[in-house]
Amino acid sequence: MIRFILNQQSVSTDLPLGSTVLDFVRYHKRLAGTKIGCREGDCGACTVLVGDFENGRLTYRSMTSCLMPLANAHGKHLVTVEGINGAQLTPVQQAMAETNGSQCGFCTIGFVMSLTGFALGHGAHTPEKAIASIDGNICRCTGYKSIERAAHLLVDRLQTLESTDRLGALVDAGFVPAYFSEIPARLTALRESLLTKPGEDVPAAVRIGGGTDLLVQKPEAIRQATLLPLFDRDPLRQIAFHNGQLHLGASVTVTQFAENEQVRAFFPNLDNIIRLVSSTPIRNMATLGGNLVNASPIGDMSVLLLALDSTLTLRSGAETRQVPLRDFFLSYKKTALLPGEIIETISFVPPSPDTFFHFEKVCKRTHLDIASVNTACQWTLGPDGTIDTIHLSAGGVWPFPKYLEKTAAFLKGKKPSEMLWTEAEPILQSEIAPISDVRGSETYKRLLLSKLAGIGLMGVDGVDRVDKVDGVDKC
Amino acid sequence: MTTHSLANIEAAAHVSGKSTYVDDLPVMEGTLWVKVFDARVAHGHIRRLDITAAAQMDGVVKIFTHHDIPGENQIGGIIPDEPLLAAEEVHFQGQPIALVAAETEEQAAAALEKIVVEMDPLPVITDPREAFRNGQLLSASRTFSKGDTATAFASCAHVFEGQAESGGQEHLYLETQGAYAVPTEHDSVRIFSSTQGPTAVQRTVARVLGVSMNRVEVDVARLGGGFGGKEDQASSWGAFVALVAYVLKRPAKCIPHRMEDMRMTGKRNPYSSDFRIGLDADFRIVAYEATFYQNGGAAADLSPAILERTLFHAANSYAIPHVQVTAHSCKTNLPPNTAFRGFGGPQGKFVMEAAIDCAARQLGVPAALIQEKNLLSDGYEFHYGQIAAGAEARNCWQALEKKHPCKSVLSEIETFNTAHRWKKKGAAWMPICFGISFTNTMMNHARALVHVYSDGSVGVSTGAVEMGQGVNMKMMQVAARIFGISLQRIKLETTNTTRVANTSPSAASATADLNGKALSDACFQIRSRLETIARSALNASENAAISLQDEQVWLEGKATDLSWTALIQQAFVQRVNLSAKGHYATPQIHFDKTTGKGHPFAYHVYGTALTVCTVDCLRGTYSIDLVEVVHDYGNSINPGIDQGQCEGGIVQGIGWMTMEEVAYNADGRLLSNALSTYKIPDVYAVPQTLLIHALETEGAELAIFKSKAVGEPPLMYGIGAFFALRNAVLAFHPQSSITYSAPMTPEKVLTGLYNKG
Repeated sequence: MIRFILNQQSVSTDLPLGSTVLDFVRYHKRLAGTKIGCREGDCGACTVLVGDFENGRLTYRSMTSCLMPLANAHGKHLVTVEGINGAQLTPVQQAMAETNGSQCGFCTIGFVMSLTGFALGHGAHTPEKAIASIDGNICRCTGYKSIERAAHLLVDRLQTLESTDRLGALVDAGFVPAYFSEIPARLTALRESLLTKPGEDVPAAVRIGGGTDLLVQKPEAIRQATLLPLFDRDPLRQIAFHNGQLHLGASVTVTQFAENEQVRAFFPNLDNIIRLVSSTPIRNMATLGGNLVNASPIGDMSVLLLALDSTLTLRSGAETRQVPLRDFFLSYKKTALLPGEIIETISFVPPSPDTFFHFEKVCKRTHLDIASVNTACQWTLGPDGTIDTIHLSAGGVWPFPKYLEKTAAFLKGKKPSEMLWTEAEPILQSEIAPISDVRGSETYKRLLLSKLAGIGLMGVDGVDRVDKVDGVDKC
Repeated sequence: MTTHSLANIEAAAHVSGKSTYVDDLPVMEGTLWVKVFDARVAHGHIRRLDITAAAQMDGVVKIFTHHDIPGENQIGGIIPDEPLLAAEEVHFQGQPIALVAAETEEQAAAALEKIVVEMDPLPVITDPREAFRNGQLLSASRTFSKGDTATAFASCAHVFEGQAESGGQEHLYLETQGAYAVPTEHDSVRIFSSTQGPTAVQRTVARVLGVSMNRVEVDVARLGGGFGGKEDQASSWGAFVALVAYVLKRPAKCIPHRMEDMRMTGKRNPYSSDFRIGLDADFRIVAYEATFYQNGGAAADLSPAILERTLFHAANSYAIPHVQVTAHSCKTNLPPNTAFRGFGGPQGKFVMEAAIDCAARQLGVPAALIQEKNLLSDGYEFHYGQIAAGAEARNCWQALEKKHPCKSVLSEIETFNTAHRWKKKGAAWMPICFGISFTNTMMNHARALVHVYSDGSVGVSTGAVEMGQGVNMKMMQVAARIFGISLQRIKLETTNTTRVANTSPSAASATADLNGKALSDACFQIRSRLETIARSALNASENAAISLQDEQVWLEGKATDLSWTALIQQAFVQRVNLSAKGHYATPQIHFDKTTGKGHPFAYHVYGTALTVCTVDCLRGTYSIDLVEVVHDYGNSINPGIDQGQCEGGIVQGIGWMTMEEVAYNADGRLLSNALSTYKIPDVYAVPQTLLIHALETEGAELAIFKSKAVGEPPLMYGIGAFFALRNAVLAFHPQSSITYSAPMTPEKVLTGLYNKG
């Protein structure tokens, strides 16, 4: 039995754990405001808000309901557009209407929910963050300029709001209905009453995290499968730093990783990296472990974690074992994970202030797109100015995320220079095998990796070496 | 005259999720789900189709094949060359072969897997030039000409030729295709359809069912986007559900998954074209020739009409004494390509701009110099015989030149490019001239039905379909203005074939003009009756000036005590007809298809855009920094809506020219088959600055209240993005062998930056 609060109503359902929240709200609850655009998290028309306690504080995150397994709503507050509608339009709705931010209306609700999520969000309400909140919403009519104007109106409105009791202030200003004030208490009571989490811990069960890949690839199979949801298993959501290593639970979401203060201390440029990774609602759902077990050849987080030379702790019942990430991927979509085994922890030594860490990604569209090629590198210089340690990875050039061992070995112990990168180029090309597909031809991917890796590494073609731990070159 | 921005009255329902689309309709008891079994080879003979196992699956009520069609198995709109369900051969991957009708969507989907089809494959052609060489044409080739190009080229100081390619474009309406049919009495059927052409659905369904049109009712509340993709291609979905509902006497619903929609429906026609341009020593274009190889896909659909508009707009906004343009509609094994905002116009203009760019490059002058010198003016005879009137080409260009002098834009870019080794900027100007009217003259008519109810409220029905373009709001404005009442008194009814019959589709940018004029006819009929009542109520003379304003009756320029509601009440009591049917047929227009001459357009829309972009020469990525436009709205009745049309059109045009890449493999399988592989602009991909200035102008008489059509023309400003990017690439690598091949994806940019030249 899955139990949660849907808008103002307490609901429970016996539907399969892997049913989508989208189908539940539309077809079982007749809440037709949430639209179906693509069923793969790429349009945002089905965006809903999910309220949950994070560090004891009720926090709302936008999620694409088409990829959200019903199991992941358990014990939470799920908000559709019907849950924010009142007698008057909310300031978000008002802004969208005033600026002609809605034309055909079909994507509109997704934008309204994302912007409402932005309004409910903790921290400063800047225009940049308002725009970032709609990075997962696609509109085919407006060209976005009117929606940008709506976002700016909204920022002005939010900046005038009292901030000590944020939820209260938002209720007073009409952003959300009054019942939101009761949600923290209702949610606490609900969670105390929940004895077990849904799911069956049997070896045959399909492990599912955020659902952002499985519900794209095989939604019907997931709906029918025996599921073991891992998204809300507390131990898997921990981030810890000890023994000189960062330890990330496998169910840590990309958002959680990107917002964690301990992590951020080691990656000053993290925001510029993470904004290239899918979109806000997908990052709110997608887990690090899910990215790894999916073993997609272009997984952004996989490529990033490879260059960090991560080690995985795998668990099966009471047994654990450790596998270096670079040995985890075996072939296309195949990993070293045994039946019944899960990734428990991802660990790595974080970059020190003397470490160069860099991530590059190019795709057809810079945001919310799958890489043609992505690459990450981490390296340090010895006292003599030669490369001391180096880890290099790339996606889109091999059947799985590739640890570029030979290129790294060649570069180690040498002084970085444009000439050195020219010499390394044939080695790089020899250890990749990109295929021509819809994301680019083989020739293009070879050229692109050469350029992108060169940016991160060698000051290729005379570019100044990038800033330490910087994702943006200075050219 | 109301000239201030009026927020779309539909918006309040949109932003609160209360607007209804087909999939939102509450389903009736007993509704069946329909799924389509489609071809997985692009060309082949059907050797065996076995539906036995599928028919025995749980919940399956019936599997439909072409044998189950009671009428004609034909959905071709212009040419009858497309079956609803493939009978003996399939001609494209995604072609419907059978339908499953089941109790639930899941059961229908499961049954699809059990249908067995065996095919004898036939050769697959995806390239239009190859199809042309094999004599595979969908319709007769067409040529428009003026003057004598052969002689003229001999006299030119400079002659250049080349090839240009433009890609397809997926409509990506956010709401997929879909329809819901309900059987009604007397062997009739009612269809709720997501279509731009309710009458097209009605006609197609009647043909497929073998019933008369009056037994088929089509109702459209609104569309979650259309862009041309639901002009003709909504009909098959309507026919699927109508067939099931009619045969099984149960309601039937079909809403394809996005991936089904993408692989089964046609897109903007890709074109491969050859051009030849001749200039005199003073850079005046003397002669222009082009041959267009249109990739039509496997059936004609609207391609013959699209082809014609390509020819109409082949010379864009330039005055050229000698023009000869030829177009071939080539049959390939791809889904039938179809209407898409601009309807062949963008494809034609792209080639013209490539020709000018080619000439400018080789002559070592800015393309803008040639563009500006050759802009057309009033009195110019288009190559299709119409004489330009109210031409704003030069006015738009000059207004933009005042804001951004061409010379200083180019010199600033040169300064930037000198200072930056790895970032290069490029600029391009894009003038447009777009004719308004269906080029098929007989389609330029419309009707409207207006009821004034006894309480003073007003119901308006027209043939216009609301799909985001704001036509409902504009219709309300028309009625409100003529009756002098507030918008709140007016309700726009759904578009329904039983209220307004024989409609043309909402297309060709002409919807507001045609339906608005028909609506004003209806409103004026009622107003005239009301004036008679008012005169009598006010004891005014027969010639007294009566007007309706601010919900009051005005007499001789002064408000009276007689309110709108009181007036209506009196009219009702006196048994006056408070309903009217309006009609409009665009005057003046005509076109002779045999000579290729006439006056096909009610008027033209003009404008000029400047596009500036920056290319990252290490990554091959880019940003559009600025698009600034001077656009000829005429005298806009709703500047807010029209600005939205402009902005949206421009971004869609930029998408077509940059990241939107429709990719098929050699087997005719769609590779860009989902939103994860087909990318349209997101909020970060759009121009950082997008400014649209309205040209100060009177507008055109044949436009509704002189407010010019705005749906399609702005899309063509997006073509500037291609040339701006190309210029930036060439600034980095002047010897680059980069071709005139759109879209300019990051892949084409990077390879353009680093090719051997």
